[in-house]
Parts: sequence; C-alpha cells; structure tokens
Amino acid sequence: MTMQQIYLAIPILPLLAAAVVGLFSKFLPRAAAHALTILGVALSFALSLYVLNHAMHSAPYNETVYSWLKTGNLSFEIGFLIDNLSAMMMVVVTFVSLMVHIYTVGYMAEDPGYARFFSYISLFTFAMLMLVMSNNFMQLFFGWEAVGLVSYLLIGFWYTRPTAIYANLKAFLVNRVGDFGFLLGIGLVLMHFGSLDYASVFSLAPQMADVQINLIGSSAWSLLTVTCILLFIGAMGKSAQVPLHVWLPDSMEGPTPISALIHAATMVTAGIFMVARMSPLFEFSSTALSFIIVIGSITALFMGFLGIIQNDIKRVVAYSTLSQLGYMTVALGASAYSVAIFHLMTHAFFKALLFLGAGAVIMGMHHDQDIRNMGNLKKYMPVTWITSLIGSLALIGTPFFAGFYSKDSIIEAVHASTIPGSGFAYFAVLAGVFVTAFYSFRMYFLVFHGAEKWRITHHDAEHDAHHDDHDHHHGLAPTDDPHEPGWVIKLPLILLAIPSVWIGYVAIEPMLYGDFFNGVIVVDHAAHPAMQAMTHHWHSTMHNAAGMAIHGLLSVPFALAASGVLLAWFFYTQRPDIPASIQSKLSWLNHALENKYGFDAFNDKVFAAGSRLLGHKLWQIGDVTIIDGALVNGTANLIGKAAAVVRKLQTGLIYHYAFAMIIGVFLMLTFFTKV
Amino acid sequence: MLNYFYHHLLSFAIWLPVVAGVVVLASANENKANTTRWIALLGGLLSFLVTIPLYTQFNFADGGLQFQEGFSWIPAFNINYHLGADGLAVPLILLTSFTTLIVIIAAWEVIEKRVAQYMACFLIMSGLMIGVFSALDAILYYVFWEAMLIPMFLVIGIWGGPNRVYATVKFFLYTLLGSLLMLVAFIYLYLNTGSFEIADFYRFPMPLQVQILVFLAFFVAFAVKIPMWPVHTWLPDAHVEAPTGGSVVLAAIALKLGGYSFLRFAMPIAPDAAHHLTPYMISLSLIAIVYIALVALVQKDMKKLIAYSSISHMGFVTLGFFLFNNIGLEGAIVQMLSHGFISAAMFLCVGVLYDRVHSRQIEAYGGVANTMPAFAAFAVFFAMANTGLPGTSGFVGEFMVILGAIQINFWYAFLAAFTLIFGAAYTLWMVKRVFYGAVANDQVAALSDLNKREFFILATLAVLVLALGVYPQAVTDMTNATVNELLTHFAQSKLPTSLPAGL
Repeated sequence: MTMQQIYLAIPILPLLAAAVVGLFSKFLPRAAAHALTILGVALSFALSLYVLNHAMHSAPYNETVYSWLKTGNLSFEIGFLIDNLSAMMMVVVTFVSLMVHIYTVGYMAEDPGYARFFSYISLFTFAMLMLVMSNNFMQLFFGWEAVGLVSYLLIGFWYTRPTAIYANLKAFLVNRVGDFGFLLGIGLVLMHFGSLDYASVFSLAPQMADVQINLIGSSAWSLLTVTCILLFIGAMGKSAQVPLHVWLPDSMEGPTPISALIHAATMVTAGIFMVARMSPLFEFSSTALSFIIVIGSITALFMGFLGIIQNDIKRVVAYSTLSQLGYMTVALGASAYSVAIFHLMTHAFFKALLFLGAGAVIMGMHHDQDIRNMGNLKKYMPVTWITSLIGSLALIGTPFFAGFYSKDSIIEAVHASTIPGSGFAYFAVLAGVFVTAFYSFRMYFLVFHGAEKWRITHHDAEHDAHHDDHDHHHGLAPTDDPHEPGWVIKLPLILLAIPSVWIGYVAIEPMLYGDFFNGVIVVDHAAHPAMQAMTHHWHSTMHNAAGMAIHGLLSVPFALAASGVLLAWFFYTQRPDIPASIQSKLSWLNHALENKYGFDAFNDKVFAAGSRLLGHKLWQIGDVTIIDGALVNGTANLIGKAAAVVRKLQTGLIYHYAFAMIIGVFLMLTFFTKV
Repeated sequence: MLNYFYHHLLSFAIWLPVVAGVVVLASANENKANTTRWIALLGGLLSFLVTIPLYTQFNFADGGLQFQEGFSWIPAFNINYHLGADGLAVPLILLTSFTTLIVIIAAWEVIEKRVAQYMACFLIMSGLMIGVFSALDAILYYVFWEAMLIPMFLVIGIWGGPNRVYATVKFFLYTLLGSLLMLVAFIYLYLNTGSFEIADFYRFPMPLQVQILVFLAFFVAFAVKIPMWPVHTWLPDAHVEAPTGGSVVLAAIALKLGGYSFLRFAMPIAPDAAHHLTPYMISLSLIAIVYIALVALVQKDMKKLIAYSSISHMGFVTLGFFLFNNIGLEGAIVQMLSHGFISAAMFLCVGVLYDRVHSRQIEAYGGVANTMPAFAAFAVFFAMANTGLPGTSGFVGEFMVILGAIQINFWYAFLAAFTLIFGAAYTLWMVKRVFYGAVANDQVAALSDLNKREFFILATLAVLVLALGVYPQAVTDMTNATVNELLTHFAQSKLPTSLPAGL
C-alpha cells in the first residue's frame, strides 16, 4: 500500500463499517454490528500508529485527494495534511474510539438501538478523522459540522425522552452560533488569501499582518484580528467556551460511551485543535490571543465552580471537562499551542477513563446517577475504583501522572505569558487547580468511600438526577450489592488508565521542548515569549520529566491540589454537616450556581422566545396584515368591484381566464400574420 | 433517425412528455387506472431518458447556447421557434424531467380519482417547463411560460385542499400582474429591434432610465415566481392547498423558472439597470433569508413551514445573482438544483405522513420515529440537508453564496449566514416535534413504515443530495463556462453613449 492509500483507508474504514451496519442493521445479527465497526476502527488505529511513526521520520504529506469544486479562479479540494499534529490526533481519536467501541458492547448490550449506536460512533470516527486530517478550511468545516451532526444524533439517541431531544436540539443550535462565526472567518480567509488551502494561507499570513479592513464605516480593523476572532467563535461553540458552553452539560443526556468519546475526549477538543493548527494566523494577532486567554480563563474557573454542586455523576465530569477545555484555551491564548495540544492528548485519555468509569458506576448502581446515593463502591468494584482513582489523580495534576505534566505546563506558560489578560488567567488557572481537586475528590469520596448510602436513603430521597436508560428500573435496591461489569467494560478502563499515568512522562519532552511540532506550530517568540521562557526554564532547572515532577512536589499548584483533596476528604468523609451548612448559609451563591449563572434562563427567554416572538410578529403583521391584508386582498377587492360590471361574461374559473389569454395571443398573432 | 433525434434533442425533451400526456388522457379509463399509471410511467421514463443526451452530448468548454434548432414560426412578426440550452438551462431541464418521473411514481396509488388527468397534467407541465428553459424567442418563451400555468392551476384546483379557490386566485393575481408587465417589455423591445430573438434583445442599447423600466417589468414577473419578498405570500397558500405532486413541482421546478429567467432576460437585457438596482435586489434577498426564516420558525403547518423555508433558500439564489462574481452566481445555480432535490424530498415526506394521517399540522404528530424508523431516518437526513449540512447538496450553494457575498460586503455575508442558525432552528424544531418524543396519539401508534415505492423515491433523492454534496464539481463543470459567459455579458454596459466594450 502506498502512503496515500493508507491515509485514505484510515477514515474510509470506519465510514464503510458505519454505512454497512447502519443500512443493513435489520439483516445483520447483533454481533455483526459490533464486530464490523470494531474491526474498522481497530484497523484505523493500527494504521494511525503506523502513520504517526512514519510522520515522525519524514516530511509532512500534503496532497489533494480530489477536486471538490472549481469556480472562477477559486478551487476547493478534499485533501490530507499529515504531519505530527494530525498523526498524533489520529492516534488519539482512533484509540479512544476503539476503547469506546469495546466498552459499548457491554454498556449498550440490552439496548434495542444497539446497531444504530455502533453505526453512529463509527460515523463519528470518520467525521473526526476527516476534520483532523484535512489540509484545507473547507474540509475542516465539513468535519466540523459532521461531528456536530453525529453529536446531535447521539445526544438524542434515546429519542423518546423529552430531555434528550431538548438537549440535542440545543447542542446543534448553540454549535451553529459558533459555526456562524467560523464560516464568516473562512469567508474572510478565502477573500483575502484567495485560497482555503492551509499551506498557501499560512505562507501568505506574514504579508497580511498589517492589512486593515473596514467593517463599520471607515474605522479600520486588523484583518487577522477579525478573522482569528471569528474562527475562534467557531471554536467556542465546538469546544464549549463561555458563553457558548451551555450545550455541553445537557449533552450528558446521551449514553455514557459517547459522553466519553465525543463530549470529553475528541469532538469538544476540535476547537483547540483548530486554533493550534491555525497558529500561523493567530500568532499575528495579539488582540485575538488576549480575547482567547480571557474567555478560556473564565471557562476554566467558573465552570469548575459548577462542578462542586453537581450531584449527577456525569454532570460532575461534564463540568470538569468544561473547565479543562478552558485550560487548553488559556494555553492557546498564551501562544503555548503545543502545551494546549499536549493537555488535549492527556485529557483525552484520563477524561475518557473518568467517563467510562462513571458509566461503570452507573451500571453498578443500576442506572442511578446520583452520587448522594452511592458510597463505599471500592469494596464492590475494585477495577472501577482503582482506574477512577488514577483518572482523578491525573485530572488534578498529581506529579508523575499525565495530567500533571500538561496542566503544570499550562500554568507555567500563563505565568510566563505577557499578553494582556494573562494576569487574570494566571489567577484563574491557579484557583482552578484547587477547585478541580475539590470537586473531583468530592465525587471520588462520595462514590467510592464512606457509607453505603443506597441502603438507607434511596427510596425516600427526592432525587433530581438523570437516569441513563429509561428501559431500566433505576436504582439499586437497599439489599442489593453493586457488581462490577464484565471484561468488555474493564478492559477499556485498564487500557485507558495506562496512558493516563504514563503518557505525560514520556511525551512532554519531545512535544513541548523537542522538535515534534517543528514546522507545524508557529510561535512568534519576540511577541509571545512564553514558550521560549519555558524552554529555558526546562533546560536550566527541570532537565527532564522526572525533574519536573520532583519540582512539582514543592510547587504552589501541587499544594493547592493537595489542599483541595484534603478539604474534600474532610468535608465528605469526616464532617458532611459542614458542606450542608455552608450550602444553606450561602444560599444566594448556591442559587446562582444551581442556575448555572442564569445562562440557560437568559438564552431561553431572550434568544429562543425572542426569535419566536419576532417570527410571529413578522408573520402576523408583515405577511398577513400588510402584504396579504392591505396589498393583495386590497387589490383583489378593487378588481372585484371594477369587474362587477362585466361579471356576467365570466365563468369564475381561473384556468379559463388563463387559457383565454393564450388563445387571444395566438389569435392576435394569426390575424396580424395575414395582413 | 438517430441523427434527427440528436439534432432535435430539445424538441424531443419538450414535446415527448406533452405527447405522452395526451396519450395518457386518451387512454383514460377510470376502471383501468393501473393501465393509465403504467402508460404515464412509461411516458415519464421516456421523457427523462431523452433529456440524458443533453448531458452526455454537452460541450463543457462552451459557455454559449448549444443544441440550437429552429424554424420561422410567424414570419410577419419575425417570431421563431428557436430553442437552445447552455450550462444554466441543461441542469434545470434534467431536474424537470427527473422530478416529473418522481411525481408520477409518488402519485401511484395515492391519487385515486381522475388518475389520467392528474398524470397528464404533470407530463404536459414538464414539457412546457422545459420549453421555458430552452426557448430563445421571447414569444415562444412567453407562450410556454403562460401555458405551464394551466396544468398547475388544474392540479391545485382539482386535487387540491379545501381552501384551493383562495389559493388559486391569489396565485393567479400575482402571476397575471407579473406576466402582463413582462409582455409589455417584450413588445417594447420588439418595436425597437424588430425581432423577438433574445440574442437581438441582448444587443439593443438602452439608456439607463429605459433599462430600469424594462428591468422592473421583468423583475415583477420573475420575483413573483421565485418568489422574492414581499411578493411571496401566494406560495405558502398554494403549497398548502396543492396535492403532494403539485407542491413538489412547484418547489422543485416552478420557482426556478423565475431564477432562470432573471439570468436569461432581466440581467443581460438590462445589465446597467441590474447593476444600478443591485442594492435593492440584495436587500430584498437578505430580507427573504432572515425575515422569512423567522416566519418559518413559528409555522404550525408542515407544508407552510417548508414553503417559507423555500422562500428563504431562494433568497440565496437571488443574492448570488446580484453579487456579480463567479462563486456567488455559480453558487446560486447550484442552490437552485439542490433546492430542487431537497424541497421535493421534504414535500414528499410530508406527503407520506399526510397520506396516512390526513393532517399537515405539526401538533398532530409526535414520536413518529417509533413507528416509522426508516422514514424518520430519511426525514432527518433531508432536514439536515435543508439546514445546509456539509456533505449534502444544501451546503454547497449556501457556502458558495456566503463566500461570494463576503467579497462584496462583510455585512451581506453576516446577514446571510444567519441561515445557519435559523435554518437549523425551524427545520430541526419541526423534526423534534414530529419525529422524536414518545408516541403522541393513536394515529401515530398505528402508522406503518415506508412501502417499497416510497422508500425507492426517497432513497433516490437521498443519493442525489449526497452525490451533489460530495462531488458538486459534476454540476459546476457544466456551469463554469456559462457562468463566465454570463458575467462577461453582465459586465458590458449597454448604455448607448458608451463605447462598445469587450472587443
């Protein structure tokens, strides 16, 4: 096989599997649904590993597959750009996808939509691969929207549930708001660069740095600032940055495997990937980078707070995802693109692990998702317990774990950044460390330690948590013991736990300080010196990954994380009365957090209801009253009155009139012809 | 014989369905409706097949009019039977013959009374509409333009809903006003050029004021047809009352007659006026895109919703026309084709539900996906195409027009891009209320999924929507040269004082 055939095979295999399973699910046995799709994605994963190895030792591949459209002197193509960035993303996407495929065999075993689910997740894998492998903006947008489509289908997978079909519509529409900006950004790129091909756009970027455009009157705006902010608005939708984050918590209505795959590990990081890919553009706009760092730090901190008060196990992890996406965005704003991608990668592993662990807990609890009903599960579900602990330790940045390397690097990058907004961002990411540790271990202690609360509280507890499967009677009977699910569930947990521990240690040096991203990620060190300062610090103080971890043990972030864990331990295993009394004393704060700062209510009242009201008024006043009432019917009435005299000649049948008109034309013509 | 056929491709494309329609009428026998159906199907199939050589024989490098044929019809007035088609007309002709075939199959057991008349109406209408797309003589064009209305009135008037009289009167009033002004413009041009040849009209220089009057006369006729805001209110009413086949033809083809005619008549005959009036035309287009999308959001009747969606999507067509750049104009043409497939599919989907439940109201449904999973899959697919999802044809035209608009003015693109949000909102909200959720009532519970005929029709359209989305170049290869030609033409001033340009 040539390399091009391999590149083609990687997205096509999952697409084929999705198509066959989706179209012929009626005729195939259930086993065929998972066998085919797992085979497809496993082959993709194997080939992606090969491609990563190949990409690390050769020049980037940038070729057209076929010409999509030509018009005037513009052309649009489907093509692949395979360099270390895309190859690494391909491996992450196919690996997590493979884990999720295997896990699904157990998780969805009893669901009537078994084949449909496998078809969707394979289709998702295809779309995500097209997104990361693209060599141009058009195909990027294709992948971008296609993953949005599959996300829509999967959030609404249980389409009889009102909450699910509300959530999927909301997710699609909020993402479309982001895409609105994204598409305009693409439009500006095409207009000013004359191409949508990455290579040609990036090579022209330096010349465009000083170009000004007029948007409102004669005020001049930097082209690249406007373009980059518009593109970033797309990323805000997809990667759920404030204020376009509102769809992600609701997306938890979907089955847990896709929460892990789509709404934690891969799709939501598409925005991060996109900005890193566009670093040759973003580097020319410090304004855009400032905007990015501020948005990211708001998301990182304030979404973390919301994680503290959630009682639904999936929502805790969802808010943690939002917060971590904020961290990645902050890194982008600090021009530490490689750090953002590094955190994207480590996060993909440990967050997928945490979600799948949460799914295992949900299964063990017979589809009760309320962490207040759990406790002491470590006794019954040891594999889930250990792997979830690993995931949580990675998430809070425990030295030597994957998340430590990436998160500490982000904090360091922000510290070194000089961009306006980085001061606030530094505060936000530091405070975020404490918050992350607190909510993560609040959940951890409530779920795996303490009293076995389902035995006492379950039946009289008023719980508002959401339940993962309507077909199951939910909750564990007080006399039952939770059981750990089978190997199809445990295996992915273990396989994801390995990189959650180890990947940071091995990858930090090549990715951040080596030449892994040479020629892929562009940083203007003069304007944005953060990466340079970090590199210097690395070589002078840290020396290697172990050195960084040892330094980390004495650092402020680690102290914050440790105190977060300790506080969670004290509050939720020793003195549960304290958080309860804080909650009642600070009821205004609790209220604000429970309403998620009022974003949802505002959107519902202003945007959703506002559009409907405006539509109704335009219809009733514009169309019905003015156009139809005054103009059309008015004309009709006028004609009616005028025609009253000759009414007797007329039959009242419309087609007679039309026919008479035609005949008249012919008669006229014939008459004149003879003259 | 074969040679004769190849030299008269367009005549065959026009008259074969008309003859087939007459044969179907002649064979009418209420007791043997099935025979009639098979004859109609054969006629529709033959009519479609004879249009295929228009694609296979097409010279892709030539942007001018091909397949020309003709003879003198009424010499005293220099009226000729003159046909020809370019890269703009041929795709629309193929769309017409294809849609007619689909309509015949879709009507199979749905239409039970006056089967022959119904089938004949669509066959004859198909021929007449192909006539509109290929006539190069103004009078010939005008005859086809007016004549195609008769079968359309019949379809709505005979097989239509309870309020069909109001709908037809409204339709008629709007159309009559437009057509008369167009005829006046033709006569004015004839009096000055001594010919009804469109090519002679193109060469006739006019001062700006005259051009504006001529342009506006055309504009009224074509804007009603497309329809542009504010002369659009006939369309939702006509759709609501029309039977499924009527809606399909109306949306898929009849609206394109207006779009096509803008490019064939109004803009090349009065290019300076077109440029002069561009700000107004773009404003109307943007109003259509945004205003109408908001109106679509609050519709309770599925057909009305899709009708408003059509108007909003046709806003992209007129917007693309008046950008005067390749990507915008070509995007508009692609959008016309794409809208032909998608709107046809969506009206057919409503037809599938209507045939079973006899209601078009959204609130009469809920949870249809539970009882009709295959149908729901198609409906969601076409809904996504309607929201302009990349990979479907709905994306291509909108994408091109938005990219074209941003080159003229950022804010045009800004407003047009609202379709991303509103288009998704009205379409997917309808999908949510009709298809998702628990089974809403006994009627929904009793629904049976698609039969083989319905499945075949929707699958065919789905394949086309996907194909055009994945490989739009199949169409744009055909339109590239024509678009260049049209733009060169629009760029040449026809003011009498100016020097002849483009020499």
